[in-house]
Amino acid sequence: MSVDNNQGELWEVFIQSKNNLPYKHVGSVHATDKEMALQNARDLYTRRGEGRGIWVVPSQYIVASDPEENAEFFDPSVDKIYRHPTFFEMPKGSKNI
Amino acid sequence: MTKEEMLFQYCLRMGDTHNVFAHRMGEWCTNGHILEEDIAMTNIALDHIGTARAWLIYGGEVENKGRTEDDLAFHRDERDYVNMLISELPNGNFAETIVRNFMFDAFSLLYYTELTKSSNETLAGIAQKVIKEAKYHLKHSANWMVRLGDGTEESHQKLQSAIDEIWRFTGNMFEMDDIDQSLSDSGIGVDCAQIKEQWMAVVMQTVSDAKVTIPENKYMLTGSKKGIHTEALGHMLAEMQSLARAYPDAKW
Repeated sequence: MSVDNNQGELWEVFIQSKNNLPYKHVGSVHATDKEMALQNARDLYTRRGEGRGIWVVPSQYIVASDPEENAEFFDPSVDKIYRHPTFFEMPKGSKNI
Repeated sequence: MTKEEMLFQYCLRMGDTHNVFAHRMGEWCTNGHILEEDIAMTNIALDHIGTARAWLIYGGEVENKGRTEDDLAFHRDERDYVNMLISELPNGNFAETIVRNFMFDAFSLLYYTELTKSSNETLAGIAQKVIKEAKYHLKHSANWMVRLGDGTEESHQKLQSAIDEIWRFTGNMFEMDDIDQSLSDSGIGVDCAQIKEQWMAVVMQTVSDAKVTIPENKYMLTGSKKGIHTEALGHMLAEMQSLARAYPDAKW
């Protein structure tokens, strides 16, 4: 990430809304260090009581899939309906599956 | 002076301080150097408005003349304002805002920690709520102190100049007049002279981390408890109060 624009680096922000729930990506902030990133995330994304936990990660460390490769990455799973649990019929009499 | 009159004055001093502080922080809105900091500072402004309201609402009840928090905030003149001098200092550059905030935030956290022990339940309740915000404010300003002081040559220079300029307003926070002493003796108010040493320890630690120094000049400005202010306050109040005075029934 460049710091040419003088706003600090870009950090991705993940918020946990309640204890034990997964962290969800909510957006990004600019910051020059991790404390500032955490505080900026707190000020931007938890002002209305949205969070009980925050993760910030430098955007440069997020490894993203390439949209150009979507065909080979994602299409092969589309026709494999047997991967959904609802594909299988429950054997009669079974209670826990 | 009756006990109620003293308590009313006490509420005005803290209420005015937070209200004026809030207005100064609000002046950063749209002027922050990055969007994130702009929002951080206006968040802090809102915290101070909340605290100011708590003090002024209670002050109005104690005074018992039917004045609301808005009456107290918008319909009292400069000479009636008894906010701490440090709260009215103009924002200046970012380093000046950070130094002003840091000096006050360090005071505020210690002050409200003590106030939680107040025998007056309303004051102890206000303290419980404010203490969380004060902790965050101090974290914000102290981190910036170090970032600027230990940053570039220019940021270091600006931080040091800001400390040299603002230091003489810090003594005012710890002044104890007869009202403060009486309320402190009766277990209602805080003995600010008592928390000065702890405050100095916090300041010295951060100042050392930020690689700056405090000035040797020990001369401290005073007057706020008697309504004597720097020239900055009058201008600020004129702007802050103009809408409420021009349109007395204006609603949000």
